[in-house]
Amino acid sequence: MDGFLQLDLPPILIGTLAAIACALPGNFLVLRRQALIGDAISHVVLPGIVVAFLVTGVVATWPMMLGAAGAAVVAVVLIEAVRRLGRIEPGAAMGVVFTAMFAAGVLVLEQSDTSSVHIDVEHALYGNLESLIWLSGEGWGSLLDPAALADLPPELPRMAAVAALIALLTALFWRPLKLSTFDEGFAATLGMPVRAISFGLVVTAAVAAVAAFDAVGSIIVIAMFICPPAAARLMTNRLERQVAWSVAFATLSAVLGYVLAGWGPLWLGGENAVSAAGMIATVSGAILGLACLAGPHRSRVGAVREG
Amino acid sequence: MQQGEVRLATDGGRAMSPTVPVDSPFAVQEMTVSYGEKPVVFNVDFTAPPESMVAIVGPNGAGKSSLLKAALGIVPSISGRVTVFGEPLATARRRIAYVPQRASVDWDFPTRVIDVVLMGMYRELGLLKLVRRPHRERAMACLARVGMADFADRQIGQLSGGQQQRVFLARALAQGADLYLLDEPFAGVDAATEKAIIDVLKSLKAERKTVIAVHHDLATVADYFDHLLLINVRKIADGPVATTFTAQNLQATYGGRLATAHIDQLQLASG
Repeated sequence: MDGFLQLDLPPILIGTLAAIACALPGNFLVLRRQALIGDAISHVVLPGIVVAFLVTGVVATWPMMLGAAGAAVVAVVLIEAVRRLGRIEPGAAMGVVFTAMFAAGVLVLEQSDTSSVHIDVEHALYGNLESLIWLSGEGWGSLLDPAALADLPPELPRMAAVAALIALLTALFWRPLKLSTFDEGFAATLGMPVRAISFGLVVTAAVAAVAAFDAVGSIIVIAMFICPPAAARLMTNRLERQVAWSVAFATLSAVLGYVLAGWGPLWLGGENAVSAAGMIATVSGAILGLACLAGPHRSRVGAVREG
Repeated sequence: MQQGEVRLATDGGRAMSPTVPVDSPFAVQEMTVSYGEKPVVFNVDFTAPPESMVAIVGPNGAGKSSLLKAALGIVPSISGRVTVFGEPLATARRRIAYVPQRASVDWDFPTRVIDVVLMGMYRELGLLKLVRRPHRERAMACLARVGMADFADRQIGQLSGGQQQRVFLARALAQGADLYLLDEPFAGVDAATEKAIIDVLKSLKAERKTVIAVHHDLATVADYFDHLLLINVRKIADGPVATTFTAQNLQATYGGRLATAHIDQLQLASG
């Protein structure tokens, strides 16, 4: 049992919190047909990290997160600008901005003297979930021991704070989010600041993506923005319940994915564990697949829009 | 402010703007809207009389919806002033109800009919005030008024086009406004819905509210409305239907697009 607390509980909690933090804004992004923004943000994180390294000269968590967050905000502003000024659909605006920024990141990386630094593609994709261990967690009593708690991986409190903040924002701005997602014109006539809401939602998604990226890698970020909300939409016809379902699916993906990654290969007679992040994303995809096949409210989704 | 007129402040050093009757529920001045290089609405002035039912009529692409959306601040305007009951738009929003085009939203959105009607009360509910029984009862009364009370718990995607339009009207009723702006309320609806909607609009007029609708069916203009704004990018004419709905004005609005035979069938004003 000590092994569970030390080795398994922290990654499971961090994975779950990251999944929920991404799934909450993901509900609104999917309904607004902007789900690709998660993909976009995880790409533009690269130039942000490279620039942060060039400015500070160190490989450390906070400068990198700030750089990533800055790049995400720049990307969001550019996407909104391209969308509004070019009058093109959001997907196209995102495609233009995130490929350009990703390319700029690669260019800066190649042209500057960063070759000595190991910016690891695999780490960026799959994160480092299995390494987030809690050596002081020697027994359940450690959960009450301040000294032991101080030794928790810093990703855990950081991810918990981000997830709590996003849950709070979602609850507080529920009505403006819901109404401006459904009927932006009507929301504007009520005096709601619809552009600020749209911008705030994407910035919130960027915060979730950057925090989760650092802890668990971009593959979970991309999966969690889309899979749990899309599966949840097929379970219910009410937004309140959809969001609750998406949180349940995100949690299930994280826990089941972690367990399957650690023990699944052993059950199948293999010897090694597989990537937890990869398996979490796979489970969320499987849940979406099942919801497509058996969800009670799947009939109208994908139906041709009237008008 | 009882003199009947209010004089607006000067604008960027230009001459004093034209005066607006302070009792007009809805007035736009020098409204110009453009999405690209060519304006879709150009320099339109219009003042709606109090307690009137106004039709905004013109061919496709004439800027009818754009005029309405720009007046409400949904799309940006290049120039133009909007006055609602003598106030600027920002302070008059609580007195305005709006019915957008039905096709402007995604009806697959996960919500019920009653929730859509409650959206009409979001201004008074604010961010966090709980929806209580009086709110729900008011929403149900609005649904009953458009004949949709039995559909309150349906998902909105399960409704027909006409039923969706009625739900949008119920949401506008829930706003409890004095001025109702509707964008193509009769577009693509069944005859029963058209009857239900016009009955509600006429009852609003009886309650001394003002109704302004973008309208495309020339055959019903004289039956449904008492005031008319004809536009084709620019304003062609405006005034009471009795004197403005003339063959000459329609030709000027539609150009060659309206067959003379069609005009002959309409109940036109003489002139």
